[in-house]
Amino acid sequence: MCVALSGKVVSVNGRRATVAFSGNLVEAEAGLVRVKPGDRVLVHAGCILQVLSEDEGRELEELYRELEEVL
Amino acid sequence: MTDVRAFLRDYGGPPVRLMEVCGTHTAQIARCGIPGMLSPAIRLISGPGCPVCVTVTAYLDRLVALCMEPDTTVLTFGDLMRVRGSRRSLNDAKAAGGRVRMLYSPMDALKLARENPGRLYVFAAVGFETTAPVYAMLLERAESEGIGNLKLLTSLKTMPPVIEWICTNQGGVDGFLAPGHVSVITGSRIFKPLSDRFGLPFVVAGFEGEQILAAVYALVRLRGKKKVLNLYRSVVTERGNETAQQAVRRYFEPCGAAWRGMGIIPGSGMILRPEYARFDAGSAGLDEDRGFDARCLCAKVLTGAIAPTSCPMFGCECTPRTPRGACMISQEGSCYNYFVNGRGPQ
Repeated sequence: MCVALSGKVVSVNGRRATVAFSGNLVEAEAGLVRVKPGDRVLVHAGCILQVLSEDEGRELEELYRELEEVL
Repeated sequence: MTDVRAFLRDYGGPPVRLMEVCGTHTAQIARCGIPGMLSPAIRLISGPGCPVCVTVTAYLDRLVALCMEPDTTVLTFGDLMRVRGSRRSLNDAKAAGGRVRMLYSPMDALKLARENPGRLYVFAAVGFETTAPVYAMLLERAESEGIGNLKLLTSLKTMPPVIEWICTNQGGVDGFLAPGHVSVITGSRIFKPLSDRFGLPFVVAGFEGEQILAAVYALVRLRGKKKVLNLYRSVVTERGNETAQQAVRRYFEPCGAAWRGMGIIPGSGMILRPEYARFDAGSAGLDEDRGFDARCLCAKVLTGAIAPTSCPMFGCECTPRTPRGACMISQEGSCYNYFVNGRGPQ
């Protein structure tokens, strides 16, 4: 039930945003976080929960580097 | 990554039991075949991470009763439709004339309520910390638009008290794969008191196979240490989404909640504040859990006391086609995921 998917904000209209998921456009509630077109966001049950940080693509690499430092 | 895989495959240290408490993790662990990549000394067990699975029959019975009222429609996520109360499921009730609609988002309820002011809509508000802010947004919109024919029947639960229950009453867990999307809302700091109190590591994990493997690796290496590590930093921060936390606090307050297999756990639920009682469809006191097949061992599966494959009905009488318990019905249930992915007892 806690499934959430990441998509890209196409447009924002007040507290609603249109989010693209692999080409499918879905209306989502945007009252929990500030978003702008182009943002990559995490959507759960029709509601944007968070904006993904820009360096997400590098995260896995960083994650392992961090692991080595911490452990 | 190769080193991580080799470490996990060849690990020969003391036995480690790690629990995930998120249904989406349960599904991904099975789907990605992660147990097969681990040394026999590393055991992954599923905890009470599927909100549908932990829902008690009194709540389901109340939904069934509501949908049979002539002017009421029950709105729900799909998974809840097939779960039986003490006698019937929402699907059974719908076949008998009850009014039930499945929605993708609680926000879709607003349009229905607006267009049909003479009908009462009740959303089956089940979920953990991830979903509670969505219900808060729904109430905020209903309030601002003056919509009076929309209510919630809540069965909202929170993670820390049930993890505390597992550690106190059952034990045998050496670390927790902390739920990624719950943590988006709560922040990773919510696990710190539990980590300190029980001397256990908590690692917040994403949902890709590599992310889960990295978290398992970290938990094995951190065995015996009290530490909270966030490995899902693209969306999880230490403090979480504070706007969402405020929205939830505005509408809901903590309460005791009944969990299948664990009974009532103090402070583990959320219920509408008295000032918003007009949005409540009768959520208080729905604590009874009875009437299901006595041979069904969902209650033990949910606490990680046994693996799904240890239930005598698993895979024969109880399959996704003929489910006997909620853990085989929900796509996030342990039994369902063990079955469809051919996961063994490990």
